[in-house]
Amino acid sequence: MAHDTTTILTRPEALSSNITHYCPGCTHGVIHRLVAESIDELGVRERTVGVAPVGCSVLAYNYFNVDFMEAAHGRAPAMATGFKRLRPDMIVFTYQGDGDLASIGMSEIIHSANRGEKFTVIFVNNAIYGMTGGQMAPTTLPHQKTTTSPFGRDVNLAGYPIRVSELLSSLRTPAYIARVSVHSPMHIVNAKQKIKKAFAYQVEGRCFSLVEVLSTCPTNWGIAPNSALKWLEDNMLPYYPLKTFKDPDTGGTE
Amino acid sequence: MAKQLMKGNEAIAEAALRAGAINYFAYPITPQSEVAEYLSRRIPEVGGVFVQAESEVAVGNMLFGAASTGKRVFTTSSSPGVSLMQEAISYMAGAHLPVVLVNIMRGGPGLGGILPAQSDYFQATKGGGHGDYHVIVLAPSSVQEAVDLMMLSFHLADKYRTPVMIIGDGMIGQMMESVEIPEKYDEPPLPPKDWALTGARGRKSQIIKSLFLDPVALEKNSFLLASKYEEIKKNEIRYELYKVNNKNRILLFAYGTMARICQTAIDELEKDGISVGLFRPISLYPFPEKEVYEQAVKSNIESLLTVEMSMGQMVEDIERCTIGKKPSHFYGRTGGIVPSPDEVKIMVKKQLGLDTKTPLSGYMR
Amino acid sequence: MPGVVINKTYCKGCELCVQACPMQILAMSKELNQKGYFCAMLKEPHRCIGCRICAIVCPDAAIEVHTHGTQFALFNY
Repeated sequence: MAHDTTTILTRPEALSSNITHYCPGCTHGVIHRLVAESIDELGVRERTVGVAPVGCSVLAYNYFNVDFMEAAHGRAPAMATGFKRLRPDMIVFTYQGDGDLASIGMSEIIHSANRGEKFTVIFVNNAIYGMTGGQMAPTTLPHQKTTTSPFGRDVNLAGYPIRVSELLSSLRTPAYIARVSVHSPMHIVNAKQKIKKAFAYQVEGRCFSLVEVLSTCPTNWGIAPNSALKWLEDNMLPYYPLKTFKDPDTGGTE
Repeated sequence: MAKQLMKGNEAIAEAALRAGAINYFAYPITPQSEVAEYLSRRIPEVGGVFVQAESEVAVGNMLFGAASTGKRVFTTSSSPGVSLMQEAISYMAGAHLPVVLVNIMRGGPGLGGILPAQSDYFQATKGGGHGDYHVIVLAPSSVQEAVDLMMLSFHLADKYRTPVMIIGDGMIGQMMESVEIPEKYDEPPLPPKDWALTGARGRKSQIIKSLFLDPVALEKNSFLLASKYEEIKKNEIRYELYKVNNKNRILLFAYGTMARICQTAIDELEKDGISVGLFRPISLYPFPEKEVYEQAVKSNIESLLTVEMSMGQMVEDIERCTIGKKPSHFYGRTGGIVPSPDEVKIMVKKQLGLDTKTPLSGYMR
Repeated sequence: MPGVVINKTYCKGCELCVQACPMQILAMSKELNQKGYFCAMLKEPHRCIGCRICAIVCPDAAIEVHTHGTQFALFNY
């Protein structure tokens, strides 16, 4: 690779050089990169603070070259509120899984969104508890088998999965809510635009922003990485439609 | 600095602002909601941050986030609410974050009642959450002392990078007394807060966390906390003696409001020719262990009496420190009932064998 | 002539890039990295069109995409 080689895509600066602990093929890694690229492209790495949850991404603070805090399970939005209210000049984002945000942290996310806290939430929905070994999550699909729903999620006992983006969109205050996916190159490109837009709204000091990202969990779904992408498309997309629910500029529903 | 007649809750709030703590996160709970009401008007005037959270669980975690900026932050609550914050307090202790929490205690356990009590002593002093940690615990017995300790607590929190808890009871919060609050809190210099998260500009990124998956690192963190607590024990023990002399036949132990009631009882017993002294711990952690022992073993002391608005919690520390050197008795009312001076007098006389008839409805042993 | 470099320390052998490559010029090598994963490799370097899709789908940012001179951007990213 001699003479004038130009690099057109490489590790973003906001992504640390550490090897992640995520399982092979887990799309957490893709989402990390999209967040890091957004931070770089908006030029805010040096004034960003991330809040890591409890779950597979509990060690997210090792993977970003930005200041970080480690939250108790489900409490990242409260922690981000505390920080952002005192340092509105800084960019604050929480990175949370579905168990963290939609189960133990449901109260925190609803009230942070409803107060219109001006930070960004990256909500990774992989329909399962990953770190603890594949238990049923609030987003586990009907009939989906997990280690705590071995016969498949029985909606008569566990109710239907929670559509967080729709739930939060019913609140008047939060102004940017979108659901995206990372199960194909095209979807990743689209996801990046939405994630970057969420951060951009924060840079403008505009509004609360949340992006729900459908993601795979090869290990706990028990499906090889590439087939897991297909499983997501066939099973999660129908139940979790991809769209912009709310947008301060266009009013959403794009 | 003018003397004012102020309600405890409001005096505590104003004291915090004067100490430069203008960032407050809280949730309403009787008997201390007036703090939040007062601050919701005052904080905008001083350009601080006031947030009423969705729960005390959220409050605790908002404090963690806010404290990570390096600014002074605090909350006030009452027993059930403080229970909900225990997880966050454990996290803040483990992450070496300075924060001030006030517990205006009410009757427990469970939803309990809304009247004054002291039944959160264990929770406060033994570390109410999980893991090897402590918080500095200070117990005022007057509105003025609540103001003074409130301002001091922010200094101690920053000095040792630790949570500090003020525990009063419903009376401290609801009582109105004349009080002087200094305009500005002049305090000794403190080290710079280079640990605060300000953004990785010109430095590596920094992380504030209590997670240490590597057991060696986690143990090291616990050792670091332990050395901090040794330092705190050396420097921050506070207590007060009332009419302690070598004629005392009984040594009373009480803190907060209960101590003031004991003082009244002591004055009246003195008129009956019975000499009783009072040892009032002000720092419940670090507990004045050595000093309690030294006073208790004096030859003139026949026996000890601990009086609390609980079923007996500090008495265990008294007995731990006096290691059976003197007979130790306890008298307590709880549930919101506050022992009267007369009850204390009767208990003292019973203990000295001078009164065997008058009934007492408190809990004795 | 565009090309990619696969960083063996980061690659976990998940094969997402292999499936995603529109030119189907990536494959799994028999080479193990220090974590014991088979690494992806570029089978036919000269047929790479520099589309960046492999790097976009890679969960471990293990792939760097290069080009010489101008490169037609099939889509902006």
